[in-house]
Amino acid sequence: MTQWSALTDLCEPPRFSSANLREKISMNNRIKDAFASKQNLLNMYFTAGYPSLHDTLPLAQALVAAGADILEIGMPFSDPLADGPVIQRSSSAALANGMNLPVLFGQLQELRAAVPETPVLLMGYLNPVLQFGMEAFLKQAAEVGIDGLILPDLPLDEYEEMYHPLFQQYGVKAVFLVTPQTSEARIRRLDALSDAFLYLVSGPGTTGGTTLPDVEAQQEYFQRIAAMNLKNPRLIGFGIADKSGFDHACAHADGAIIGSALIRALGDTDDAPATATRFVQGIKA
Amino acid sequence: MTPSYQQPTARGYYGEFGGAFIPEMLYPNVEELRTRYLEILADPDFQIDLQHLLRDYVGRPTPLFEAKRLSERYGTRIFLKREDLCHTGAHKINNTVGQILLAQRLGKTRIIAETGAGQHGVATATVCALMGLPCVVYMGAVDIERQAPNVARMRLLGAEVRRAESGSQTLKDATNEAIRDWIANPVDTHYIIGSVVGPHPYPDLVARLQAVISEEMRYQLLEKTGTELPDFVVACVGGGSNAAGAFYHFLDEPSVRLVAVEAAGHGINSGHSAATSVLGTPGIIHGSRTLLMQDEHGQITEPYSLSAGLDYPGIGPLHAHLDASGRAEFISITDDDALKAVSECSRLEGIIPALETAHALAALGQLGAGPDDVVVVNLSGRGDKDLETYLKNMDKLT
Repeated sequence: MTQWSALTDLCEPPRFSSANLREKISMNNRIKDAFASKQNLLNMYFTAGYPSLHDTLPLAQALVAAGADILEIGMPFSDPLADGPVIQRSSSAALANGMNLPVLFGQLQELRAAVPETPVLLMGYLNPVLQFGMEAFLKQAAEVGIDGLILPDLPLDEYEEMYHPLFQQYGVKAVFLVTPQTSEARIRRLDALSDAFLYLVSGPGTTGGTTLPDVEAQQEYFQRIAAMNLKNPRLIGFGIADKSGFDHACAHADGAIIGSALIRALGDTDDAPATATRFVQGIKA
Repeated sequence: MTPSYQQPTARGYYGEFGGAFIPEMLYPNVEELRTRYLEILADPDFQIDLQHLLRDYVGRPTPLFEAKRLSERYGTRIFLKREDLCHTGAHKINNTVGQILLAQRLGKTRIIAETGAGQHGVATATVCALMGLPCVVYMGAVDIERQAPNVARMRLLGAEVRRAESGSQTLKDATNEAIRDWIANPVDTHYIIGSVVGPHPYPDLVARLQAVISEEMRYQLLEKTGTELPDFVVACVGGGSNAAGAFYHFLDEPSVRLVAVEAAGHGINSGHSAATSVLGTPGIIHGSRTLLMQDEHGQITEPYSLSAGLDYPGIGPLHAHLDASGRAEFISITDDDALKAVSECSRLEGIIPALETAHALAALGQLGAGPDDVVVVNLSGRGDKDLETYLKNMDKLT
């Protein structure tokens, strides 16, 4: 535990008992352990409750068994602004299947029985989390063994002022997005506030984009950030769909995040876990 | 001293509503706008260009017309602020002329917009034609069907109209698609939002550009009634841009009653409504914390109004604050009552209003205004775009 979180312990009346909190946090080093013990990490995104409501855990298990190093479970939202059409459609389908946060947390009760060691993040949008209640959300997330949270529309200032101590208290790590336009000063702030990894958005656009990136500008961007000596490892996401994209991202960062390409594959299958297995094997081959 | 209702805080909050809840991909764009808009708006060269365009291109000032037959009908003194006489037929162009001049000063070379009824899309396509900038307008597939004349106008003006096929395929979804376009084109593109919604500074920027409506009302009322302050100002609210403009210079005049009229659709409790102040709860939509229609799990629900311009599940954060603080009164009007008001205004005053505007007119009977009261209705747009809807509903128009 760092000095800072020890200080937070003293300042904030803990909801867990102190010993209990330390236990939760010490159990919660799965993200650090993964980056310390592996290279070229594959973070697989999928939408909770898609293609059918109860696919969430079978998919998690299949992805990990096939070689996924980190899981990012999407919490479906009606208006996912940072996502392209593929994840919009999977989100709508999941909502129509009956997915919502209470149902998801119910399914995740068995998360650590299904995938004991793998870091698992939740990704979603702020409004459903606020309606659930930020503290109630973090508490439930910590209890089912969630390691980190990605909320693209949670502003950095609001996070820092209102939520950072709560995240620390429950041992849930915030993961922030960095884009080619993010200034160096802002990247350093994001790096200082995070204790997981930075999510490097590969280029302009929403998830699942297919336009060819400006390769030179992209190289320059990845190299510029690599040269900043940030404390957090880096994963590259958005528009990475196959083995060559994954390998290319790994040359510039600690690994990559794939989502839309898997969701697309899951759209045409009767056996979601088997499709997920084949997908990951294709990337990791 | 009580704080002004006009000014949001530095982070864009009106009371507890506002802010900028945006993904990192939008941060540089929105931050550039936030740090520069006040300085650009205050720049004398900008103001010279803006005033010139408002006068010679838009046709401002718009008249304040005393509607004597409507006044007689409702037993009060009614004035209509004729925004329907603006170039392109609605108040929307007040904002787009300002934002296109702003976009030029930010060095942007491509313009995007969302549109519901099509009035904002037409107003954006118009200024883009004027300035020679390429323009993409996102419009819900449902709205493309029900506002066909405006789709044709945008295309004639050289804009590309892109269909938003997700969700309810209306204004909310068009706004989502415009935001996604901005994420994909962060450097060269300016997003001209059409209402007082979205992340800070948009609600303040659009309110300031629409404030010319109430600025003119004040001196026109002085001329016609001997006092700058009316007893009531009435305007319809979808996102709330014409209401923000009509209220703006009266916000800090507590003697003026501000009446915001929402679309009840088939009725507040029908499940087919867009009356956000009644059906909404605090949450985040399109980058702003405001009142919005959502389910218990925070999923944004589909609004309904016959009027495409009011068919939006949120209201601007200024309006959420005016509602929460009690500064403005909110009334909701059904489709059928709005249609009756279309007919009434057409036959009594010879003015065919837009369906959105008709909601404000339909509230006249609910104000409790007396014979000595002065009521100003913001006649935000003309009804030409709605002729097809009016023809389909002829039975309700008599």
